[in-house]
Amino acid sequence: MSVEIKAVEIKPLRNTFTNVAELIGGDKPASRYQEATLGVQATTNMHYRPTWEPEFELFDPRRSAIQMREWYDLKDPRQLYYASWTIQRAKEQETQEANFDFVESRCLHLSLPDHVKKLALDVLLPLRHAAWGANMNNNEFCSRAFSEVLISPAIMQAMDNLGIAQYLTRLGLLLDEPEVLDIAKAQWMTGEAWQPLRHMIEDSFVVRDFMEIFLVQNFVFDGLIYPLIYDRFVDDTLTSQGGSAVAMLTSFMPMWFGQSSKWVDGVLKVAVAESEQNKALISQWTTTWRDRAVAALTPIAAMAFGNNQETMLNEVVEQFNARAKKLGIVA
Amino acid sequence: MDMKVAKKKLGIKERYGHMTRGLGWEPTYQPADAVFPYDKYEGIKIHDWDKWVDPFRLTMDAYWKYQGEKDRKLYAVIEAFAQNNGHLNITDARYLSAIKLFWQGVSPLENYVVQGFARAGRHFRGEASRVACQMQAVDELRHYQTQAHSISNYNKYYNGFHSQRHMWDRVWYLSVPKSFGEDALTAGPFEFLIAISFSFEYVLTNLLFVPFMSGAAYNGDMSTVTFGFSAQSDESRHMTLGIEAIKFLLEQDPANVPIVQGWIDKWFWRGSKVLALVGMMMDYMLPKRVMSWKEAWEIYAEENGGALFRDLARYGIRPPKGWADACEAKDHISHQVWLLFYEYGGAAAFHTWSLTNEELDWLSAKYPDSFDKYYRPRLEFLRDKHARGERVYQSTLPTLCTTCQIPLCFTEPGDPTKISHRETVYEDEKYVFCSVHCQEIFCNEPEKFVQSWLPVNQIYQGNCFNPDVDPTAPDFDPLKAVLEYFKYNLGRDNGEFEGSEDQRNFAMWRGQASKN
Ligand SMILES: [Fe+2]
Ligand SMILES: [Fe+2]
Ligand SMILES: [Zn+2]
Repeated sequence: MSVEIKAVEIKPLRNTFTNVAELIGGDKPASRYQEATLGVQATTNMHYRPTWEPEFELFDPRRSAIQMREWYDLKDPRQLYYASWTIQRAKEQETQEANFDFVESRCLHLSLPDHVKKLALDVLLPLRHAAWGANMNNNEFCSRAFSEVLISPAIMQAMDNLGIAQYLTRLGLLLDEPEVLDIAKAQWMTGEAWQPLRHMIEDSFVVRDFMEIFLVQNFVFDGLIYPLIYDRFVDDTLTSQGGSAVAMLTSFMPMWFGQSSKWVDGVLKVAVAESEQNKALISQWTTTWRDRAVAALTPIAAMAFGNNQETMLNEVVEQFNARAKKLGIVA
Repeated sequence: MDMKVAKKKLGIKERYGHMTRGLGWEPTYQPADAVFPYDKYEGIKIHDWDKWVDPFRLTMDAYWKYQGEKDRKLYAVIEAFAQNNGHLNITDARYLSAIKLFWQGVSPLENYVVQGFARAGRHFRGEASRVACQMQAVDELRHYQTQAHSISNYNKYYNGFHSQRHMWDRVWYLSVPKSFGEDALTAGPFEFLIAISFSFEYVLTNLLFVPFMSGAAYNGDMSTVTFGFSAQSDESRHMTLGIEAIKFLLEQDPANVPIVQGWIDKWFWRGSKVLALVGMMMDYMLPKRVMSWKEAWEIYAEENGGALFRDLARYGIRPPKGWADACEAKDHISHQVWLLFYEYGGAAAFHTWSLTNEELDWLSAKYPDSFDKYYRPRLEFLRDKHARGERVYQSTLPTLCTTCQIPLCFTEPGDPTKISHRETVYEDEKYVFCSVHCQEIFCNEPEKFVQSWLPVNQIYQGNCFNPDVDPTAPDFDPLKAVLEYFKYNLGRDNGEFEGSEDQRNFAMWRGQASKN
């Protein structure tokens, strides 16, 4: 038998969970982001050492050389939790899908000038493997990270990377025959221009420090590749040569990069400000991997921009350095 | 328009292949064993990852679309539930104990496996298997978070929910699911997959979700019903991952069969022990009962599981070793566990109570072979004592099984009057077990299980007091100090339901809301 429940005002006994209250300065109404993430990962009284890495506890901040008095300070300014993430991505996917439909229904993919199409495929398709590499790194980051405030956005980031690799795959399948994917993979494996990039990405696969993985992938690699490829190559170079269809098919990527940069900057800024040691380490990682990435991207810039390559790459590096400086990184 | 070429139409399988398998590559600048360092040491042999059968074919665009739609609906319900005091629609405040148990003991496991599946999703060499694991990782993030958001509202009005995270790492009975989860997470990636995807998701998950979700539906808890049903389409993907994973391992190499069999033996038994908590919930905590634990076991374990193991026989797999004993225990475990929690009710962060005659009669009817003979007299005795104002509370600490960490309360197969108990000496140290199967799990991996953080042993060693207490003070009350270490609000979170704050508040608020 069900009772008719009237809307009455009931004074709650408490506002939120104690693990959340402890991190937001007392028992106050908490947001969905806060209740989904703050203080959520287990921290103590662990039972067994990992058989795959017995030198560490199962959940162990020592998996990074970065030290934080409070790991939950490394919050995500986007305040994403699963539902807000998936609902937002669903909307963005709708836009991206509409773009695919638009291009296909108006046969814009068929009217691309041949040299533009070839250039687009040459530069973009091998990058689906780089996006897959990003997915690998963010899964690794997720599985090794300490504190839920990193774990939760990490797995969402990894899935975003997969989504991007799949959008690039769809682009290839729309613009040409499936064989172009094999050609691009062959370039990725043996094409001269791609080897430094692949070499660097494979080296990142053996990094074990979770904050270094986070930084290398999401700050350095993405921070150079996305502005170079999506802002300058797709939006400028290709569009000016009649390739705006390509920009429509990749509109998700620069938009996504803008969002993910907010997260990356939010985390790094706080980690750097925590201590001189963190600052020094993060600066050193940034310098090393940036220099390597710039070298790795040089032959790709040559392919993408021809004579213009130096200007384009320099602009991107300057932009990256300015961003790093704002975060307190000396690189 | 002049079409240049007629494009080849890709089949779904091929297209999905390009979206997943096609993305990966064999590393050459780093040795593959350095990039994938964890998938060999367990002894599993994989010859051809291409033989992996995709358990489902979902690309991220479709994933976002479906999940986004589901979550829009789910959060509308969560919102409405909070707005309209949906909690006052539950049958009775006793029902809250069931959700407390779920929140304290099950939700943290959802969160645990996020990292486990991310690790599997990174470290298997086959890309297709990795994508399936990653989707489960992010699904499990969803499950934890939707549960936190649903239960957030209960936490505002009722006790026992507030410090779930803190309790998980400390409270005696929560070390049962915690050690289960950590056992799986600290195992290698293949064992993890067999433990969680196969043994738990495929074989046992229905015994967890169906009872909780139908219990919620019967008892007016729309919030739990909604997140439960919303999780179900994810679960069906997780189940297919489990079955495809085991078939793949078994088909890859005959040498995998005994290893996988050992994991099935271990994880079936471990899972069945964790599920004893669900049995108690079904038989005792639901004011309006759905079916008995025994009935649920017969349908979901015996019938479904029986068919499954007949099917797996062609690979040389037999039913788990503990199968017969677990089946025999269906007549007993829910009662044994409830009695344990009733008597240790002072130390549990949910309420326990005496059953009405009607409820006892229901149990007598559902358990004709065991209830009247072994359990009803004890429950009536405890009820009489309570009625005389002498509510029984045990204060001596129980002995825990080193493996499953449940206090010794289960009985010997074939003799429901005798507490089952086994011992093993390992490196001059004595270890105690609830059963021959838990003993065997220990003996197969003693280096692992000697590390068990056993709450009772830790209490004896003085490791379960807050740092500011002085155990040498004359008025030191160790039990109280331990419960404070657990972060219990004494007298509000724990103990008898009758007279509890939850009971009073629920009655008062419901009265206010249903009066005209
Ligand atoms: Fe789940
Ligand atoms: Fe699941
Ligand atoms: Zn046991």
